[in-house]
Amino acid sequence: MKKLPMNKLIAAFLLATAPLLGLAAGGGAHLDDADIDVSDQTSLQRGAKYFVNYCLSCHSAKFQRYNRLARDLGLTEDEVKENLMFTTDKIGETMNIAMSPANAEGWFGTAPPDLSLIARARGVDYIYTYLRGFYVDEARPFGVNNVVFPDVGMPHVLWELQGMQKAVFEEVDGQQVVKELVPVEGAAGQGKMSTEEFDGAMRDLTAFLSYVAEPIQLERKRIGVWVLLFLAVFFVLSYLLKKEYWKDVH
Amino acid sequence: MSLMNWIDERFPATKVWNEHLAEYYAPKNFNFWYFFGSLAMLVLVNQILTGVWLAMSYKPDAVQAFGSVEYIMRDVEWGWLIRYLHSTGASAFFIVIYLHMFRGLIYGSYRAPRELLWIIGVVLYVLMMATAFMGYLLPWGQMSYWGAQVIINLFSAVPVIGPELGVWIRGDYVISDATLNRFFALHFLLPFLLAAVVFIHIVALHKVGSNNPDGIEIKKNKDENGIPKDGIPFHPYYSVKDTVGVAGFLFLFAAAVFFAPEMGGYFLEPPNFDPADPLKTPVHIAPVWYFTPFYAILRAVPSIAGSAFPGVVAMGAAIVVMFFLPWLDRSPVKSVRYKGSIVKGAIAIFVVVFILLGWLGTQPATPFLTLLAQISTVLYFAFFLLMPIYSKMDKTKPVPERVTK
Repeated sequence: MKKLPMNKLIAAFLLATAPLLGLAAGGGAHLDDADIDVSDQTSLQRGAKYFVNYCLSCHSAKFQRYNRLARDLGLTEDEVKENLMFTTDKIGETMNIAMSPANAEGWFGTAPPDLSLIARARGVDYIYTYLRGFYVDEARPFGVNNVVFPDVGMPHVLWELQGMQKAVFEEVDGQQVVKELVPVEGAAGQGKMSTEEFDGAMRDLTAFLSYVAEPIQLERKRIGVWVLLFLAVFFVLSYLLKKEYWKDVH
Repeated sequence: MSLMNWIDERFPATKVWNEHLAEYYAPKNFNFWYFFGSLAMLVLVNQILTGVWLAMSYKPDAVQAFGSVEYIMRDVEWGWLIRYLHSTGASAFFIVIYLHMFRGLIYGSYRAPRELLWIIGVVLYVLMMATAFMGYLLPWGQMSYWGAQVIINLFSAVPVIGPELGVWIRGDYVISDATLNRFFALHFLLPFLLAAVVFIHIVALHKVGSNNPDGIEIKKNKDENGIPKDGIPFHPYYSVKDTVGVAGFLFLFAAAVFFAPEMGGYFLEPPNFDPADPLKTPVHIAPVWYFTPFYAILRAVPSIAGSAFPGVVAMGAAIVVMFFLPWLDRSPVKSVRYKGSIVKGAIAIFVVVFILLGWLGTQPATPFLTLLAQISTVLYFAFFLLMPIYSKMDKTKPVPERVTK
């Protein structure tokens, strides 16, 4: 067999396929690395607490069942009922909200989206940056804007934890872009949490949203390891069988 | 064996087994590239089986479709696995088929007497694209909706009858519940048609016999029993060899299903996790990766008098031109092994251009990228249309009498 041209073709093919394997590039603002750990149950439990306390009054997670949450986060159903369930008393129910979309549209201009799949639609880095990206902007109805979501309709509900931030702008190609966010002067800039604590809390919340977007993800990888081990053995055995059969082919 | 005799007198079971497996003589020099035919059948079976089980829980309804997919992902026992096998299988199908077609291209498997075999193959490819396109609408996400919108609008760009044609395809003035329902019905039907044409593809293959990496006819060298000297029975030799291919393929396939079902946004696009919203156009609409080479060709052709029809024609022509390949190639040899540097160079450029077009189709159109797409489109068509000239000019090497190892 003439090897060289064929190998060159394969090499050219693989090289040219390389960009297809990378991540689809998306423009927009710089995103911070969320660095979440979905296998850390205590992080997910804290994230669940922030979610039900700060998000779940306006945003639903309508595909996430409470009893599934209990099982996957290592909690008992009673613990979930006491600490995380405020809108229903049925443990098999999903994380719905009482606010009607019509009312929501009247209050916010647009109905707050369901967050079941937000982590898969936007990516965890986006969520982590978004949650920490609110800054004072008097031109907006709720007095805040967001670095990754310009003209956001949502108020800064985590204000009491983070404190208020203001944006430092710089000019790039004749346009004002946010360079960095700093706490506003005085008491309003002081939240209940330090910057490190708040970043940690938002990491937990992001991890929780990632879990909610695909509750099976850990189990999927756990099973996958065994499937690949089986297939590796199957590959070796089938190869040995092929070799045995092909001995007499010349 | 009396039972077998009883059956054989009523149905040619042994005859079929022998003709197509135990006494079907395939060239003994098949290499890596010959795995993809059997793998394509494996993936088709995977798609049909997982598809039937998905259909048991899926709701083809504009209000319920998106939620029913998440219901499958969360509440149906093993539903997530069935769904990922199906969604990953769709991309795997195209990867396998592109490699299968590439094999045909480099070893001249489309040349006489296999022209009809190749044409049936291109029909399969077109059927597959139609099936995939309709299936992609079913999750009813933003990219499902707007991707379908873009493609159906292509039909609306046809002069005179276009707008009516668009309404006829959608069953409505916009993509709606009616569109979703008919796409589901057709997405369920077409795979069975696909399976039937695969059967015809194999009947045609077994009539003319398999080509091989040397591109020579093994039937020209037969022993005293009329068996090709370079042929070996498909079963057991290639059934065990293809099993190795299946194992290797399944390893990679499972790696994707269990560890990267989204494949960085290429197999499952992030915007498709937002439910379809007819009032909210996504900033950047890109079809799934396996359509992007043709989408790039569509966008590369400038519109005339505000009509995108020339682009639509170019996109259609990019597929139609494949049907003519058997008559475009004028080289005296079939296999790339004995072709000269001109054809080898042309194939290498074609591969790079096809992949480049695929990448360009995923990107927003900037002036530079559009220029790149236009150059690539010209090269794509040049590969086919200039083939009668350059394949004749090419300096070929002598072809051996018998297959090489």
